[in-house]
Amino acid sequence: MGKFDNRAGRRLVAGIPLFWLLLFFLIPFIIVLKISFSEVRLAMPPFAPLFQWVHGWPTPKLHLGNYGFLFTDPLYISSYLYSIKVAAVSTLCCLLIGYPMAYAIAHASPTWRTVLLMMIVLPFWTSFLLRVYAWIGLLKNNGVINNVLMYFGIIHEPLSMLQSDFAVYIGIVYSYLPFMILPLYANLEKHDNTLLEAAADLGATPMTGFFRITLPQSIAGIIAGSLLVFIPAVGEYVVPSLLGRTDQLMIGRVLSDEFFENRDWPVASAVAILILLALVIPIMMFQHFQRRELEAQE
Amino acid sequence: MSAQLQVNAPAPISSERTESAAFVRIESVTKKFGDFAAVDAVSLDIQQGEIFCLLGGSGSGKTTLLRMLAGFETPTAGKIYIDGQDMSTIPPYERRINMMFQSYALFPHMTVEKNVAFGLEQEKLGKAEIRARVAEILEIVKMTSFMARKPHQLSGGQRQRVALARALVKRPKLLLLDEPLAALDRKLREHTQFELINIQKRLGVTFIVVTHDQEEAMTLSSRMGVMNHGKIAQVGTPAAIYESPATKFVADFIGSVNMFEGRVVVPGTGRIESDELGCTVVVDRKLNCTSGSTVWTAVRPEKINMSRSLEDATGARENVVRGTVKEIAYMGDVSIYLVQIDSGKTVRVTLPNIMRDAEHRITRDETVYLSWHGSSPVVLTE
Repeated sequence: MGKFDNRAGRRLVAGIPLFWLLLFFLIPFIIVLKISFSEVRLAMPPFAPLFQWVHGWPTPKLHLGNYGFLFTDPLYISSYLYSIKVAAVSTLCCLLIGYPMAYAIAHASPTWRTVLLMMIVLPFWTSFLLRVYAWIGLLKNNGVINNVLMYFGIIHEPLSMLQSDFAVYIGIVYSYLPFMILPLYANLEKHDNTLLEAAADLGATPMTGFFRITLPQSIAGIIAGSLLVFIPAVGEYVVPSLLGRTDQLMIGRVLSDEFFENRDWPVASAVAILILLALVIPIMMFQHFQRRELEAQE
Repeated sequence: MSAQLQVNAPAPISSERTESAAFVRIESVTKKFGDFAAVDAVSLDIQQGEIFCLLGGSGSGKTTLLRMLAGFETPTAGKIYIDGQDMSTIPPYERRINMMFQSYALFPHMTVEKNVAFGLEQEKLGKAEIRARVAEILEIVKMTSFMARKPHQLSGGQRQRVALARALVKRPKLLLLDEPLAALDRKLREHTQFELINIQKRLGVTFIVVTHDQEEAMTLSSRMGVMNHGKIAQVGTPAAIYESPATKFVADFIGSVNMFEGRVVVPGTGRIESDELGCTVVVDRKLNCTSGSTVWTAVRPEKINMSRSLEDATGARENVVRGTVKEIAYMGDVSIYLVQIDSGKTVRVTLPNIMRDAEHRITRDETVYLSWHGSSPVVLTE
């Protein structure tokens, strides 16, 4: 009896997330995939059906033009590459800023550690949108930063910082930094300090100890943090829309414009599928390293 | 590659040092954590080529003292000299000392070979030399065939060997070992003890071993220091500490002991009257205290003779008490008897089981006489 209950319980526990993913991820994905192979139409819905009745049989009519279009119009390719560049640079910045912070938190006294972690998580209590808007107030021509710099006479005319790559990097790095710090902290906090003592004992300077002992052991944390920043940053919509350039869009903005401005659902779906495909590779890397870390812990 | 190991010649003793050339000199070293003195004004000289064990319970300050030698802790007061050199301002990575950690502290992301090579890489040696020396030391600890394994693929005993190899490969003048055998099971521990002694003799390195296990300390050390509450209670050879403990703490901490409070009657003839024992104790030497002063007589359980009749007991009235056997613990090689003597106190007696059959053995509730030779008790004043 116990065995049966156990098995049924296990199925239920595994079944709930499976059902959830099926319903809210796989089915929508199939719908988007289907639309991406349809032809655009001025109708309701704005695309042609994928299956047509030919001689009494439903025959698929695959329309590959949407994908071809993405590769012929430079708008898409450039915003695609631009998105990857922005995401990559932001991830690198987050890593360079976040690693020392995570390291400091992991080495702080237990009381300080709680306070510092709280301060990392605290911004989440305010709406993401609001925080990005706040940066407009800081960066704009008569914003806080320019006013302060001019007051002290460091500059004589306002720096134009808004609507630039710089503003986008600031916005993304600021917003996603906690996603880099938290997994890095979780990793660094587990490190055994006697390993560094052993390294010092064997003649390694603190610097060598860091690069040969701490850094290699935190690779899993670096990868986890980088993916948590990189993946959402590629598709980021809010930050570049509010702070970014108007002459160079990110792919998230292009996607939204296709849907809502152009009402070209098939092309928009094709864009969505391509973003997804590009992100599957880092996600798989993430899972691979996560599994390896789990195995190493055993 | 020859298995012969080249041992560094002992460093020449500098001419400045005129008095005794202690290899490690600890001069009234104190280490405080807040108000708590983990190590309290400890002075200690350790000679080159010794295996010196620091023995003590947890919190006795033995590990803190070891960590100060390694340079992981800075003394609050006092100085440490190693080979005549003041260690005060020298960071751990510049000390020609290596340590074997209790947890072994092997680098989990490196293979055995990489772990052992790490220390040599810091010395900026050539690749060929590093490979040769790693191979040589792994040969000594019999771990050559495990070179490519990662630490998590090794057993406890194998990890211990790698940790030892990693510390020894740098040819240190001094090796610190923190509870080197604590993580091993009993059989392996005994085997490893002798192997450690062999390796130490072969390489001529000075060992300082921290342990809470007195058996381990007795087997390993040429001299040992018993620590209690941050102070050194006694320093000496294992035999000296076991047979002539200086204080009640040492007598009680090392091995088991029966201790009786008493008063000195005649110091010159070694007569002590003890109410706790209910008889007169006579030791075969002069006592260094005034008559009437309170002393403690300590007798080890194996130094007590137990017999059924008084005639068998050596001497009469002095150094003999009557009692009843209350408990017997059969240990195989010996049996431990707990005897309640007439004064009410329980005395512990250990007898070897010479006969195989149980016929002649003393059983529970039998009346017995306990006696000892005048040289057996140790008389303690503190």
